[in-house]
Amino acid sequence: MDDVAISVKHISKSFKLPYEKNTSLKKAVINFGSNKGYEMQHVLKGISFDIKKGEFFGIVGRNGSGKSTLLKLLAGIYTPNAGHIQTYGTLTPFIELGVGFNPELTGRENVFLNGALLGFSRKEMETKYDDIVEFAELSRFMDQKLKNYSSGMQVRLAFSIAIRAQSDVLILDEVLAVGDEAFQQKCIDIFEKYKSEKKTVVLVTHDMGTVRRFCSRAMLIQGGEMVAIGEPNEVASKYSKLNMEKIVGDMESDVYDKKTNDIKVTLSNLKNKELKEFSVGETLCVEVSWPNSYTDVKNIGIAIIKNSGEYVFGANTFKKSIDLSSSSVKYDVSLSLGPGKYYISVGLFNNDPSTNTHILGKGPSFIITPGVDYSQGGLCRLEHSWKNSK
Amino acid sequence: MIMNVKNLLSHKNKALLRELIITDFKLRYQGSALGYMWSLFRPLFLFGILLFVFGFMLKVGSTMPHYKEYLLLGIVFWSFFAEATNNGLRAIVDRGDLIRKINFPKFIVVVSGTVSALINFGISLVVVFIFMLFSGIELRSVALLLPILVVELYIFSLAISFLLSALYVKYRDISYVWELLMQAAFYATPILYPLSLVKDKSLLLSKLLLLNPMAQIIQDARYILITPKTDTLIGLTHNWLLVLVPVSLVILVIIYATYYFRKNSKTFAEDI
Repeated sequence: MDDVAISVKHISKSFKLPYEKNTSLKKAVINFGSNKGYEMQHVLKGISFDIKKGEFFGIVGRNGSGKSTLLKLLAGIYTPNAGHIQTYGTLTPFIELGVGFNPELTGRENVFLNGALLGFSRKEMETKYDDIVEFAELSRFMDQKLKNYSSGMQVRLAFSIAIRAQSDVLILDEVLAVGDEAFQQKCIDIFEKYKSEKKTVVLVTHDMGTVRRFCSRAMLIQGGEMVAIGEPNEVASKYSKLNMEKIVGDMESDVYDKKTNDIKVTLSNLKNKELKEFSVGETLCVEVSWPNSYTDVKNIGIAIIKNSGEYVFGANTFKKSIDLSSSSVKYDVSLSLGPGKYYISVGLFNNDPSTNTHILGKGPSFIITPGVDYSQGGLCRLEHSWKNSK
Repeated sequence: MIMNVKNLLSHKNKALLRELIITDFKLRYQGSALGYMWSLFRPLFLFGILLFVFGFMLKVGSTMPHYKEYLLLGIVFWSFFAEATNNGLRAIVDRGDLIRKINFPKFIVVVSGTVSALINFGISLVVVFIFMLFSGIELRSVALLLPILVVELYIFSLAISFLLSALYVKYRDISYVWELLMQAAFYATPILYPLSLVKDKSLLLSKLLLLNPMAQIIQDARYILITPKTDTLIGLTHNWLLVLVPVSLVILVIIYATYYFRKNSKTFAEDI
């Protein structure tokens, strides 16, 4: 057991969610003895794992999966209802940077206050102080009140204290989510440093890129249970898959209503099977039909739009000698795109290709699922080849 | 988990306590011209009013030698108790933001609240000694017992603070309840009237009043510092067993308060 930094055994955590909290005596008296005042929310359901010394351990999960609760349990902020957490060595959590910062105190005073809260003695802080100030590049401002700092300066100071924490185990929560690009780069440099120094780090994040890049092991939790643990790439792609499943679920309730629009669109694969999920590189077959009453249709355009709104690719039949008299058309496209959610948009034109006569702004959606090929990634899949340089 | 004293006063905890007290000290009178002097003015102002009303108008203190200093000492002791418990009551809830984000020994914020009050108490005591110097009160050797009374006062205030701070997390009405209780207790404790006034009406009642630890502490302090004419529990009852009652109460309260606070502190982060 010498190489274990944190050992977590069967921990469960649930919260009482009162319908109306008994924060006054009157309510406590009225509701006395009645158990109907709350419902139990089981956030974590018996999770066990070990984090070894020198590991960069990632915890991933969707919002509400229980990962923040797990983090707070590891940090000792919450106490588990059942199970046991054993930490070997000192532990410093950063659920948030600059905990306890007070705007009315000077930068110097805040450094010592924050350090004391993180569990460092005055002496330890005095030896770190010069380093902290230098790293934050704030030596001129240390005797100014914190309220006169810009938010960037405050983050820099807080971060400098954080990285000077010489604990055996560091717990980080989405620290990367704040700050500008230069600051994020600083974080990445620090992560690199921790990784090369073999420091024990527990990181909770949404960013699969960070997990793949830094973590030596990762864990995925879903609905308060551990779904996967092990190799970061596998865990990251499982997480992406979980996300996709959620998106597919959401698609059932999409805005596209077949009944109210006269332009009909169906999506299928080459085998003529109607589908909503495609993999990278697969061919998408789109069939569009419209009412016979649209007599002036001379040109049709089909666009693929990413769910976030980017216009990915569009093509139309202008000068393509396609017969549109049957009021329908088929369109095949190879999906050389990265994983994500997309939708189809259709426009019908007369002889003038600049103005459409009929439009289906948001047609049916589809998703491209991530494959298991780790040799490529990005927004799209470009044709490429590798050669030996000689 | 056994709470051992060595752990309680570790370097880390001392550092945190120190920083919290310094922060509190610096922030309390932030931007006010007189600053820390205000914490002296408050008890002195109350003293002035009470002295005027009860000393000159109603003359309740005419039977008591050095009534002025007698009154001031009582007010200084009471003010400490009121301030410490009021700080203690709010200590946990006021630091809710912190408690939800980082794990640290919760008792430290309660202690830091009472220590801030203790600093004010120390300054006020100096003022009391200055008054005594000018009024020609002779210091007797029993005055050396003062530290024992101060320790008892502090432990009692700390115990009440632990209890109130944990209760306040669950029931926000506690702050109002405590305010009312303190108003009643101010008059139930012989602070502005000499106990002899009660004694003349009912000896039993005066004995009962003295079983309250605050009354016992204040009367004993007056006895050793101001005048031996002060009525104390031992002076009235001549029963050493009864003398143990207020002290036992203090011990019982600190034991229960520590137990209750420790039991509930585990869920402060989610209850606040």
